[in-house]
Amino acid sequence: MGGRPNDAPLNLAEHTPADWEVLVDAVSVALGARGLRTTDELRRAMEDMPADDYLALSYYERWARGTEQLLVEKGVLTRDEIDRKMAELEPTWDVS
Amino acid sequence: MRTPAYVKGKLGWIERVHGSFRNPESLAYGGDGMPAQPLYMVGFRQTDLWQTRYSEKPSDTLYVDLYEHWLEGVPST
Amino acid sequence: MSHDHDHVHGDHDVSQHDPEAAERNKVPFYGKRMYAMRDLLIEKGVLTREDIQREIEYMDSRSPANGARLVARAWVSERFKQLLLSDPKAACAELGIDASGLTEFVVLENTEQVHNLVVCTLCSCYPRPILGRPPDWYKSFAYRSRAVVEPRAVMAEFGTSLPDDVEVRVFDSSADVRYLVLPMRPEATDGLSEEELAALVTRDSLIGVTEAKLPTVPATAV
Repeated sequence: MGGRPNDAPLNLAEHTPADWEVLVDAVSVALGARGLRTTDELRRAMEDMPADDYLALSYYERWARGTEQLLVEKGVLTRDEIDRKMAELEPTWDVS
Repeated sequence: MRTPAYVKGKLGWIERVHGSFRNPESLAYGGDGMPAQPLYMVGFRQTDLWQTRYSEKPSDTLYVDLYEHWLEGVPST
Repeated sequence: MSHDHDHVHGDHDVSQHDPEAAERNKVPFYGKRMYAMRDLLIEKGVLTREDIQREIEYMDSRSPANGARLVARAWVSERFKQLLLSDPKAACAELGIDASGLTEFVVLENTEQVHNLVVCTLCSCYPRPILGRPPDWYKSFAYRSRAVVEPRAVMAEFGTSLPDDVEVRVFDSSADVRYLVLPMRPEATDGLSEEELAALVTRDSLIGVTEAKLPTVPATAV
């Protein structure tokens, strides 16, 4: 990323991380504390991401995707399981 | 992979020796990272890294932390 | 409304953070996916809810105030400053700051001749155990790509302009070393207490995109 052509001015706006972003951070670090994830592994998982995704996703979305990639590679979780759990949780996201 | 691309093939100097740490490439794929490798703070002149693209001061410098196995010694003349 | 962290089902909320239902509607696909992963990791015993909560509390308790205290002490004590530069973890320990989460830690002193700036071009490495979460701009592609090739132009966006004869040194945290900048003590700060000095040390000055703030009421001996 260093030195890539980029004329974009910096956006200095800051945001308090949303719940889900805090969770992404916490789960990733907790996995690290348990020896299931290192900075280097996560960097590599993120670098392996298709360029389109890398550029289109926000920082925490990339982080979540990279963490999923590592967990699947290590056989801790499968994509099917995650898909099923997401489907199970889907109704609970509705605001009523 | 763990070397920023913009310093590849560039000539710099050892500014500081950080000590020995585990190999990140091994760690990146879930290995144990052993044996530990020396990690160096390597300095570069910005004008050497970017040539005419660097438009700021010629005395400016940049430092990157690099493992020994990514470095090739150049005999001093 | 705050949630007890023991509240289980339907608890998408992470306690101490905003549990508003409206927030839930803005959770993107990967955010929802992380909740699914969390639930699975807990069900499988890979992580506990307490593991996660501990990390949240750890990050919530870290802030730039830690960095400000280190700098203010270095400004008033030459001995402490030398310790901070030669053995920063020991300096942290002396002030009761827990730096154990850092593999290696280096403090970079700004002087009349040298101004230091820190970036992580490969991702967003930052001394989180000391300073907490990095600002969004630090993690942005714009900062990561531009800071190494046009540091002064980047600093100018923060309103920083350095004298012509200052050397700018950019540090790319490409490995396990984390960097903190020790900004120069501003003018007209004689007689300020350590606490007042710490208030001048902004997070941005610890990254190096700005200098420390000037006191609002100059304090000089009369």
